[in-house]
Amino acid sequence: MREITTPISDETIRSLKVGEAVNLTGMMVTGRDAAHKWMIETFVRKTRPPQDDDEKVYEELKKLLSGSVIYHCGPVVSGLDTKEYKFVAAGPTTSIREEPYQADVMKHFNVKGVIGKGGMGPRTLKGCQEAPFVYLHAIGGAASFLARTVTRVQGVFKMEFGVPEAMWVIEVKDFPVVVTMDSHGGSQHAVIEERSKKVLDELLARV
Amino acid sequence: MRDLTNEILELIRRTSSSLPKDVEDRLRESVDKEAPGSPARGALETILRNIELSRANSTPICQDTGTPIFYVHHPEGWSTRKLKEQIRAAMAEATKRSYMRPNAVDAVYDKNTGNNLGGDDFPYIHFDEVDADQPLLIELMLKGGGCENVGRQYSLPDNSLGAGRDLAGVRKVVLDAVYQAQGQGCAPGILGVAIGGDRGSSYIKSKEVLLDKLGERSADPQLAELEERLTREANEMGIGPMGFGGKTTVIDTKITGLHRLPASYFVSVSYMCWAYRRRRMTVKGDVVEYD
Repeated sequence: MREITTPISDETIRSLKVGEAVNLTGMMVTGRDAAHKWMIETFVRKTRPPQDDDEKVYEELKKLLSGSVIYHCGPVVSGLDTKEYKFVAAGPTTSIREEPYQADVMKHFNVKGVIGKGGMGPRTLKGCQEAPFVYLHAIGGAASFLARTVTRVQGVFKMEFGVPEAMWVIEVKDFPVVVTMDSHGGSQHAVIEERSKKVLDELLARV
Repeated sequence: MRDLTNEILELIRRTSSSLPKDVEDRLRESVDKEAPGSPARGALETILRNIELSRANSTPICQDTGTPIFYVHHPEGWSTRKLKEQIRAAMAEATKRSYMRPNAVDAVYDKNTGNNLGGDDFPYIHFDEVDADQPLLIELMLKGGGCENVGRQYSLPDNSLGAGRDLAGVRKVVLDAVYQAQGQGCAPGILGVAIGGDRGSSYIKSKEVLLDKLGERSADPQLAELEERLTREANEMGIGPMGFGGKTTVIDTKITGLHRLPASYFVSVSYMCWAYRRRRMTVKGDVVEYD
């Protein structure tokens, strides 16, 4: 079991290989569908002009995300009325929906890891090698268990996206993940997909 | 008519935080099939710890508390309008108490309502009148978006898979659905399959068939055999828990048939994640029982 604390160096990222179990500690930011679309359209491709507090949030995010980790997660949060936020349930969401955006977001904000479930595609894998960064797989559905590793909620951006889609800045201790896409072109997801395709073809040929 | 809002709130709490025993038992049996120290085994062990923690603390098993799907079987005399109001009030309260995540997003305006109530159809409630001597029975299923996204519907014949309009063809498209899903639907999963109907009724039936306990086989011997075979063959693909690779990809398959038009032959596959949250409450006079 590797113990890694954010911010993470390129050297550490390059040392990680597919199949390695990692315990993450430190600060990370949640972001999923609405957040990725917003980051790409407003700051990376600039197809949408910044509105409201966009510029201010952008400056904050640049500082927070550099060397850190994005977590594909739409949590259940208590304390919404008092703003004494606490993560109640916080497992990963399916990552592949961010495939069109992920590599560009990682590069733009210098993010070193992305946590999710189900893995991602060739565009992200190429980004892993170039940037570099890694894809870290958390256990889907293990929401109560993972919420207990969140020791503090620092704050939240873009609450107008709704609780699941907002960008929550959290501190975690010993958050367990497995490296399933590394910065050397390795992807556990590509391996399993290829292997299972062969079996599927055999099964389809059977009567 | 009795106000059941608090009792329905309790049903929601139990459904979101306490996995049914038959599902938990299957997951426990699966652990020993995976190699010690493998990511697949680690995933199942974490899943089991999470199940225990959620039950002990009344916290959601999964943060995606899903689409709430209610089936209400009521004898004559209950007002379905009032029951609907009570279900909706219980859902809003359950969201306030963090048993549920605010999950209803207006698809046109991209706004989350914040209380799990959206239009007339969220939560989804199906009413069905039963004989006068039957108790009021409310079933609740919470189906997460990750697994809902990997559900598929096929229109047979499907030439790319060599699937014709018979049970042999059904077998092929269901195996394809499992392959396409990989680990995205939070494997190990449970397959709900409906053959026939129109596109709408077929998908609905593929979810309803999941309401029966795991291990219960179809009364039709042909379908029962296909259920067993599909579970076995799906596991041969080696996708494994979370798609990490491993022996446990599907823990059960349930199939039902509907009538179809001569022109149509749909096969709908609803993929249910391992966090298969379904509970029911029975109202017998003053007593409310949960299972």
